[in-house]
Amino acid sequence: MMTNKQPLSQRLSWLVPTIYIVFLLLPIYWLVNMSFKETSEILGAFSLWPENPTLRNYRVIFTDPSWYSGYINSIIYVVLNTVISVTVALPAAYAFSRYRFLGDKHLFFWLLTNRMAPPAVFALPFFQLYSAFGLIDTHIAVAIAHCLFNVPLAVWILEGFMSGVPKEIDETAYIDGYSFPRFFARIFVPLIASGIGVAAFFCFMFSWVELLLARTLTTTDAKPIAATMTRTVSASGLDWGVLAAAGVLTIIPGALVIYFVRNYIAKGFALGRV
Amino acid sequence: MARINLEHIRHAYGAKPKSEEDYALKEVHHEWNDGGAYALLGPSGCGKTTLLNIISGLINPSEGRILFDGTDVTQLTTQQRNIAQVFQFPVIYDTMTVYDNLAFPLRNRHVPEAEVDRRVKEIIEMTGLGGWAKKTARGLTADQKQKISLGRGLVRSDVSAILFDEPLTVIDPEMKWVLRSQIKRLHKQFGFTMVYVTHDQTEALTFADKVVVMYDGQIVQIGTPAELFERPRHTFVGYFIGSPGMNVLPAEIAGNTASIGDQSIALTFQPQIKAGARTELGIRPEFISLGREGMPVSVTKVEDIGRHKIVRARFADRPISIIVDEDGEIPAEPRVTFDPKAINIYADSWRVGGEA
Amino acid sequence: MEKTWNNKAWFMVLPVLVLVAFSAVIPLMTVVNYSVQDTFGNNAFFWAGTDWFLDVLESDRFWDALTRNLIFSAIILAIEIPLGIVIALNMPKRGIGVPICLVLMALPLLIPWNVVGTIWQVFGRVDIGLLGHTVTALGIDYNYVQNPIDAWVTLIIMDVWHWTSLVVLLCYAGLVSIPDAYYQAAKIDGASRWSVFRYIQLPKMKRVLLIAFLLRFMDSFMIYTEPFVVTGGGPGNSTTFLSVDLVKMAIGEFNLGPAAALSIIYFLIILLLSWIFYTVMTTSDAQG
Repeated sequence: MMTNKQPLSQRLSWLVPTIYIVFLLLPIYWLVNMSFKETSEILGAFSLWPENPTLRNYRVIFTDPSWYSGYINSIIYVVLNTVISVTVALPAAYAFSRYRFLGDKHLFFWLLTNRMAPPAVFALPFFQLYSAFGLIDTHIAVAIAHCLFNVPLAVWILEGFMSGVPKEIDETAYIDGYSFPRFFARIFVPLIASGIGVAAFFCFMFSWVELLLARTLTTTDAKPIAATMTRTVSASGLDWGVLAAAGVLTIIPGALVIYFVRNYIAKGFALGRV
Repeated sequence: MARINLEHIRHAYGAKPKSEEDYALKEVHHEWNDGGAYALLGPSGCGKTTLLNIISGLINPSEGRILFDGTDVTQLTTQQRNIAQVFQFPVIYDTMTVYDNLAFPLRNRHVPEAEVDRRVKEIIEMTGLGGWAKKTARGLTADQKQKISLGRGLVRSDVSAILFDEPLTVIDPEMKWVLRSQIKRLHKQFGFTMVYVTHDQTEALTFADKVVVMYDGQIVQIGTPAELFERPRHTFVGYFIGSPGMNVLPAEIAGNTASIGDQSIALTFQPQIKAGARTELGIRPEFISLGREGMPVSVTKVEDIGRHKIVRARFADRPISIIVDEDGEIPAEPRVTFDPKAINIYADSWRVGGEA
Repeated sequence: MEKTWNNKAWFMVLPVLVLVAFSAVIPLMTVVNYSVQDTFGNNAFFWAGTDWFLDVLESDRFWDALTRNLIFSAIILAIEIPLGIVIALNMPKRGIGVPICLVLMALPLLIPWNVVGTIWQVFGRVDIGLLGHTVTALGIDYNYVQNPIDAWVTLIIMDVWHWTSLVVLLCYAGLVSIPDAYYQAAKIDGASRWSVFRYIQLPKMKRVLLIAFLLRFMDSFMIYTEPFVVTGGGPGNSTTFLSVDLVKMAIGEFNLGPAAALSIIYFLIILLLSWIFYTVMTTSDAQG
């Protein structure tokens, strides 16, 4: 007789995500493993963990400006981009969520197509455009270029959250004598704080992982860490240990950001707006 | 149809309950008669839904046994217990037609298709959803959806019991009456055992043969509406049932006299009270008469609610409510008398009997 | 929600418009400009009409790259969507396991794309990579640098590793929005596991699945960085996708005309797909 206990298939269901997570973590583990080895050990005998763990690779990165400045550059333009994207997207998203106006639907669609545009198409014209303005190799150039896909994204996410706020709240605030800017900053923005968090998270994410445009628009001064890595691969006779350590360090900011927004991720995805 | 016995059921949602407080449901030991209509009444969070889900098998109780017609079903699944349950919010299968929604529980049990068709048509007839049968259930209104949920329970004519978990919450007031009387009629017609959870006393009192009042994870009283009204076993029942609820006043009991402040009230019986218990006197507003004789009160407010008036007053420095007829006058120096037969005495919130 | 008609709302959209015009419209005009002209250097341009477009459309190189793109997208969709659903269905619904799963699963999504490439380039190497080493030790002949099939398998596993989590997170978000009462009612109605999936979970996931499907299709259609890092388009041209080819043409060979024409054709394909995406989305919204 079957009992009210969970059937076997349900009791074993934890295995599925567990196996998947192991699959996700294996390559990352391998990178971490390599980052604690000397290059000679990497190329020598095959081993599953560092026999002689060393911090040399990390020391190289933290002492060589051409390495660590890459991190600083990446973080500067990612933060710049996130701030710009969310700031300009806020009023636009409000307009889309509250008003109908001439050409609104076409405009919204056009914005979305930019999210779908292949960066490869834009690489060359961007280079020429930013050269003309003397912006090549500046942080702001990358930050603005990434607005191409992040601004539409931010508008889309924020519009979703704002549409969830009843319009009566706006009307009540006006009746209570709030001016629009004061209402927006004091009442509305706090109400959609989690939406802003989600939008900022996705802007950060897509700006952080993008390389094609970031590499095209920079040469030395604003070069992102990810691009520094590709150069090292081809030039310095492959210092695998340093390369692995640099890779591990690029994972950390993302991991930190996910950790802080973990309670909002599901909600952001639930809106179905990425 | 079945008689249901709950034997020493207790339930805690946490893994290891340490104290009595950890139990969402304190000990319940009770029998539900075959074919009875029961209402489970109580405020939000009192354990009503937990008890219901234990009967249906959605929750396994931490302790105790459940018997259907004398057979232990504690370890059986919901499906094996053959229970129907209707939830607070309508649950419908969006992508199916109304017909398929109603046929779903039967088809899952491999009922022959001809029999499915006969029973589904019967339910469609009864619920008045005829015009919708072939449409998907997505576009229906909340009460139509809830009718489908009800229908999915009723379509299985052989169920042990049907459980309702506040099924009329999302229904418009005028539709509530219609659906409630439909459910009642169906109960008379088919005679299934029925348990109906609600926090609305009117719904409970008009609906059920027996009302089970729950408070803070335990059953405080089971009785007919008249019993709950006249002899509340617990002061909570007194407050919760009736509008306004019973007046409960702290009282000193000595022999067959109760004293409230400096007023003494003669009792028709002598309550048996353990030393040190906190004692109270309960009297419903309906059984206090306001006039020129008796004990003095000061009237603070009069609410006219149509057929009668509710007088809010202070008696021995305590607020009390009194119900007065629509044309009853309120004298300048009002005094009250309590109907001695309607007085209940409580020790530590539980009613005490006594010798006459 | 009832919206009021107010053309002043344009002022609120203006900053977005200016910014996106600067980063999208002007560059796009440059591309159009190049696509219809020829040059012999020194900024001297000649009108070339539709020549570049015809060149691109008649070249095997374009059609081969497009075919590779479509096959690649089809394969990864066929793997990632069902896999994502299965994983999401088996995720814990509450408790400490939820944030752990979410954080660990989202991890690959936040790794820079070329680092993803590097991770797999290393992981798959026969000499120093765990995967390459293990597979070789099992006696399977595997070398993604020389064998096109191995290169494809590596790229596909890498994409599954990189992006399945997106499908999982979307599906999971759809699943947790289903009230418990639905599962309880299904138990009462005696529904089988399959019926619960077919009539409760799948309908509720329909919208997010659609988004997952289209996003994964678009992004895999535009894939550039990861194959560029892992295989560089090789061996031969076996993993040269449209984006890889385009960058090679524009920046490597500085073949501006054909590159610009290819960009526009590429962009028009994407535009068409976006339009389908948008239409499907809005009609599914309208259905509720």
